Amino acid sequence: MAEVHSDDVTRRDFLYIATGAFTAVGAGFAAWPLVDQMNPAANVLAVSTTEVDLTPVEEGQIITVMWQGKPVFVRHRTPKEIDEAKAVDVSDLRDSGAENDNLKDAKALATDDNRTMKPEWLIVTGICTHLGCVPLGHQGDFDGWFCPCHGSHYDTAGRIRKGPAPKNLHIPVYKFTTDTSVLIG
Amino acid sequence: MGKRVRNDNDRGPAPRGGLNMLQSRHHTRVRGRLAALASGLLSLAAVQPALASGDAMPPKEIEWSFEGPLGTFERPALQRGFQVFKEVCASCHSLKYVTFGNLDDEGGPGFTTAEAKALAGEYQKDGLDDSGEIKEIPRTMADTLPDPYANEKAARAANGGALPPDLSVITKAREEGPNYVYSLLTGYSDPPADVEMRAGMNYNPYFTGHQIGMPAPLTPDRVTYADGTPATVEQEAHDVVTFLHWAAEPKLEARKRTGLTVMIYLVLLSVLLYWAKSRIWRDAH
Amino acid sequence: MSGPSTYVPKSGIEKWLDSRLPIIRLANDSFVDYPTPRNLNYWWTFGGILTVMLVTMIITGIILAMHYVANTELAFSSVEHIMRDVNFGWLIRYAHANGASMFFLAVYIHMYRGLYYGSYKDPREVLWILGVLIFLLMMATAFLGYTLPWGQMSFWGATVITNLFAAIPIVGESIQTWLWGGFAVDNPTLNRFFSLHYLLPFVIFGVVVLHVWALHVPGNNNPLGVPVKSPKDTLPFHPYYTVKDGFAIAVFFTLYAFFIFFAPNVLGHSDNYIPANPLVTPSHIVPEWYLLPFYAILRSIPDKLIGVVAMFSAIMVMFFVPWLDTSKVRSGRFRPIFKLFFWLLVLATVTLGWVGSQPPEGLPVLLGRIATAYYFSYFLIFLPVIGLVEKPSPVPESIAKAVLPQGGAAVAGAAHAPPTK
Repeated sequence: MAEVHSDDVTRRDFLYIATGAFTAVGAGFAAWPLVDQMNPAANVLAVSTTEVDLTPVEEGQIITVMWQGKPVFVRHRTPKEIDEAKAVDVSDLRDSGAENDNLKDAKALATDDNRTMKPEWLIVTGICTHLGCVPLGHQGDFDGWFCPCHGSHYDTAGRIRKGPAPKNLHIPVYKFTTDTSVLIG
Repeated sequence: MGKRVRNDNDRGPAPRGGLNMLQSRHHTRVRGRLAALASGLLSLAAVQPALASGDAMPPKEIEWSFEGPLGTFERPALQRGFQVFKEVCASCHSLKYVTFGNLDDEGGPGFTTAEAKALAGEYQKDGLDDSGEIKEIPRTMADTLPDPYANEKAARAANGGALPPDLSVITKAREEGPNYVYSLLTGYSDPPADVEMRAGMNYNPYFTGHQIGMPAPLTPDRVTYADGTPATVEQEAHDVVTFLHWAAEPKLEARKRTGLTVMIYLVLLSVLLYWAKSRIWRDAH
Repeated sequence: MSGPSTYVPKSGIEKWLDSRLPIIRLANDSFVDYPTPRNLNYWWTFGGILTVMLVTMIITGIILAMHYVANTELAFSSVEHIMRDVNFGWLIRYAHANGASMFFLAVYIHMYRGLYYGSYKDPREVLWILGVLIFLLMMATAFLGYTLPWGQMSFWGATVITNLFAAIPIVGESIQTWLWGGFAVDNPTLNRFFSLHYLLPFVIFGVVVLHVWALHVPGNNNPLGVPVKSPKDTLPFHPYYTVKDGFAIAVFFTLYAFFIFFAPNVLGHSDNYIPANPLVTPSHIVPEWYLLPFYAILRSIPDKLIGVVAMFSAIMVMFFVPWLDTSKVRSGRFRPIFKLFFWLLVLATVTLGWVGSQPPEGLPVLLGRIATAYYFSYFLIFLPVIGLVEKPSPVPESIAKAVLPQGGAAVAGAAHAPPTK
């Protein structure tokens, strides 16, 4: 058996460690594509916006559009519904946060102004914040929406008022491309 | 199965006669008569018109910027090529795997998102109005260039029975694809005296059988390039082939870039492992 | 396995597990302290390479299956979707397609190593037979997989091969219809081919486990063909052969990477980028290169049924090699006449590969028939006869005597470990 010199040991160690580390790094880089391939593909990302024509939506009417595979409610609110929404004291709400992706301030409060851009148009994601069912419009105790799955009630600004849901209906990024057309996403 | 119908792809009928050895640089090249065996096995009534020396001429050998381990696409050529495709080829050929959104992708023609969106908006597609009637709406980045024909029958009817193939992967679907397509586009000539042209066909020696349904699509100044490049037939062909090869291989640049890193890594890893192996084995021999 | 286990569980957890499911013991005895002949050359690294390739193909395949759609209307488009939209889809697809070629390159080298060094001989007959079975399963898997992109070659290759079944007398046509699920290759065929293509690699994996088990019972063969006689003849598998296999795998992957990144379509056929069209036959239907020798054998016989029988026989004959070879000497290294005939077999196989790629007329036909005749003669005539008439060169007494200085006299009895840290 060859004599073991301390020099040999350190150099040999270094070689084995370097080789092992080099292999591990390569394996890591090789593993990334195998994981990333499950992330949304380019064609899925390409349809990430939905354009909505508002002209046929009459006052009082709610339409549902698909955006990124999910329902979005577009509600043409009546003056009465607007007043009801504005009359609510934010401190009475279970969720005082605006839940609005269009606002820069994450801590903005759920005033009606913070829930809309134009008061007559309310645009909210149609997914109950409890367990994900699609609430029914023009129903419930607050004139907004009622979720039949577990009895959550939302008001005319889409805010949770009664029932198990923890948060207000989420407001996605959108903008008015014209007075009668909205681009969601 | 039924009678052989007229060939769909732009190869034309397979040639007869002689040992069909197409010259090529690829050692896995195959050419010719296996259809005979296949037809026999399949009991097809193989209808093969007899053509004397219908072998396609070997394609011209062009140097492409995207060839080789460090190849890339020339951005201006891609943009000019897109213009040629749009203004000339798209009247008969679809490009169904390329979306307008691909036009601003990395490694591609390099249009901006705004430009790509504007290009998309130049075309219409069917949408529904609120009463469920079909109405025209502008195309978006997620859409492709429109199909020139409503269906295969319409395409054939408009092209003397021939079906212009989709061009999304054409440079991969032909041997030596880019050279072949370039040669085809620049290879039209008058037929020699002893060749009898069938009705509606055009002479092109780079096409198997030498008779092709497509008339010469490119002429000098058929398009006017925005960057002022003279639009000779060779230039138009070069640009559109560059574009078509990007359409077929949009990830080419990323692939070669990654490949260089991976090869270097693997060579270094091999060296390290050989070193480790020698060390470990030193006392065993 | 050969020899008693050397594993000693140290920690509490190790002991607990060892008494319930001795899997660490099994791993230690099979891949760490496993005594391996000390004189294995690089031809012996291909088993490790094949294992890595099988795992690579399974991983890339499962990922592709997340995005691929096995329906004739959508298959071709789904592959383009993978190439264009799926993150790194192009990489995974090219890795899978070129991986098949690399898998077969490795398996041919591995098989021919076995033929040369007599690795199929007593007591490794079952090991060899399992290997031929794996090869058959690989060919079936590759054939099924190639139809999935639903290009022209996918469709027509499937048509040609499934048409062969009609050659079987009496039941042939029923079997063909049953395979097709219809009256020609069509959507039912594609769907079931996808299911079977997903299944078979796991069957291969199971047979590979048996194959490694069947290897570990007698232990590895070695280039001298001389059995292990004492621990002086061996080295522990780890670290000697783990590092050597690791190096070989790195070199192999360098070649693999070259194809994936710089020549991803050169081993394939451009016709497969044309969507399948049942009304137009491509002017040349060819299988992938690794099936060409068998395709050549099929076509070298003018009669359809006998051609089919010949093609299957070319694989079946390999099952009988352990009994066809009559030589008492195992390794080709000491068999001068055998060596010549072996290399002629290699030449014949390569020739058959070339013949398979050519149109069946003229010189390729003649060469194909000669090579086919030689191929069968090798197994059925030359192997039995050469073993009986050949005068082999002197075979060393032991591995240690042949390979170690002073015949290994300086080496202590136990398998030699490298200097530790």
